[in-house]
Amino acid sequence: MTAKIALANVRKRFGAKVVLDGVDLSIAPAESMVIIGGSGTGKSVMIKSILGLIRPESGSITVDGREVTGLRGRALADHQARFGMLFQGGALFDSLPIWRNISFALSGPARERRAAAIDNLARVGLGADVADLRPSELSGGMQKRVALARAIAAKPEILFFDEPTTGLDPIMADVINDLIRTLVTDLGITALTITHDMASARKIADQVAMLYQGKIIWHGPRAEIDTAGNPYVDQFVNGRAEGPIKMQLHSL
Amino acid sequence: MTGLFTTFAHALIALGTVVIGLFGSIGRLTRFAGTALSRLVRPPYYPAQLFEQMLVIGYFSLPVVGLTALFTGSALAQQIYIGGARFNAAATVPAVTVIGIVRELGPVLGGLMVAGRVASAMAAELGTMRVTEQIDALTTLRTDPFRYLVAPRIVAAVLVMPVLVLVSNALGVMGGWLLATQRLGFNSAQYLNTTANYLKLDDVMSSMVKAAVFGFFIALMGCYHGYHSSGGAAGVGRATTNAVVSAFILILLSNLIITVIVFGS
Ligand SMILES: Nc1ncnc2c1ncn2[C@@H]1O[C@H](COP(=O)(O)OP(=O)(O)OP(=O)(O)O)[C@@H](O)[C@H]1O
Ligand SMILES: [Mg+2]
Repeated sequence: MTAKIALANVRKRFGAKVVLDGVDLSIAPAESMVIIGGSGTGKSVMIKSILGLIRPESGSITVDGREVTGLRGRALADHQARFGMLFQGGALFDSLPIWRNISFALSGPARERRAAAIDNLARVGLGADVADLRPSELSGGMQKRVALARAIAAKPEILFFDEPTTGLDPIMADVINDLIRTLVTDLGITALTITHDMASARKIADQVAMLYQGKIIWHGPRAEIDTAGNPYVDQFVNGRAEGPIKMQLHSL
Repeated sequence: MTGLFTTFAHALIALGTVVIGLFGSIGRLTRFAGTALSRLVRPPYYPAQLFEQMLVIGYFSLPVVGLTALFTGSALAQQIYIGGARFNAAATVPAVTVIGIVRELGPVLGGLMVAGRVASAMAAELGTMRVTEQIDALTTLRTDPFRYLVAPRIVAAVLVMPVLVLVSNALGVMGGWLLATQRLGFNSAQYLNTTANYLKLDDVMSSMVKAAVFGFFIALMGCYHGYHSSGGAAGVGRATTNAVVSAFILILLSNLIITVIVFGS
């Protein structure tokens, strides 16, 4: 079976700073892949490279076997239209009311788009009462959920979530985990999720991969993350300050 | 001699660096303008965005552009009167005022005022959208930022600026007439008659061509600097400043070029 998304030896640097140093990753159709890894290791850069928002210097990225690096114009727009993306910062259009944000990629009469927006709000645990507010009138966690509703509203075949549960309370985080799991299992969507939240990773992942210093240093099925036998994965999964991953700190 | 030459060369290099810094790399700016123009003619179009921009650029600029023209027209008439009186030519006030306003001051001052209002606002808005990833989000929501954000702004500015400058010209002439009849003792009917005699269609046309060109540069600079801004709030601030300064320079430069081409021969 060909991979839905495959990255081979992808490299990206900003000036002298190497961020992606030969990333290899393969995601099967209708699979939920979770990427874990420390802050600043290049997870967001990797996901934006697949979307064509950032151009890697070298390497290959294929979707359904078709090379997508170097796409331009119409071909790039068609490529990007296949994805739904939850940006880490939400990236809601602050000049538009919530319902117009959510229904942005939908077509049809305004009444239908508004109804679709309210349906999607309900899926992320928000009521119709927020539909006419502006993004700045919502709390951080509410904005995140609206951004999630916007990402899934147009029913894309591939969904990317950049930290979907950050800033949510544990109960709401679990509602979102269930939603992502449903999208993958029931609708056959391919999902790529970045998270620091191990409870969330355990719930939504089929496969887990860990990014460290610009490379995927471990990947495997969810069940194996506790028995990976990889000291980096072990330290991250258990959240220990001691271990091979050193934080750049000055002692007090 | 060589010392003077190197000083001059250094000054030129310094000036060049400033100008290139303002416009970004020329190649990037050209590509941006090319992309904007090529996407602008092909659908999808966003009429609601276009309408909103026409309102923002045109209607809301009316007070500031109108006041500028009114005051400048009056001041111009006063100066021409003083200058003309030395050669017994005070009667030229209506003729010189209308030519000065329609050919130069109406479009240039109108352009500069709109640049101050609009190029900065566009750069700030698009810049904020860039740094908060809203522009990236557009592309994953099946929307081309050039068609949705840039094209409506450029088209609106090019369409609306000539109308704005037409109003500005009328108010400028009116400013001169007000001052001339109220303070300088001109006969109202005679003043308007002379004005009408010296007002040529070519002058009005050149005024509107200038306005359209200025509108293009105002929107282009606002969008270009906003679209390419980076580095958070400070970056957006820089983009705003650069948009206004580069729009000013382009307005003054293109005005000179058009004036030389149209009236120089
Ligand atoms: N546009 C950019 N220009 C310069 N450097 C960048 C840019 N985008 C990202 N970087 C750098 O790339 C590195 C990786 O950034 P990225 O946003 O991918 O981290 P991340 O793994 O998503 O971290 P976090 O978990 O904190 O979101 C960072 O060191 C960042 O400074
Ligand atoms: Mg990130």
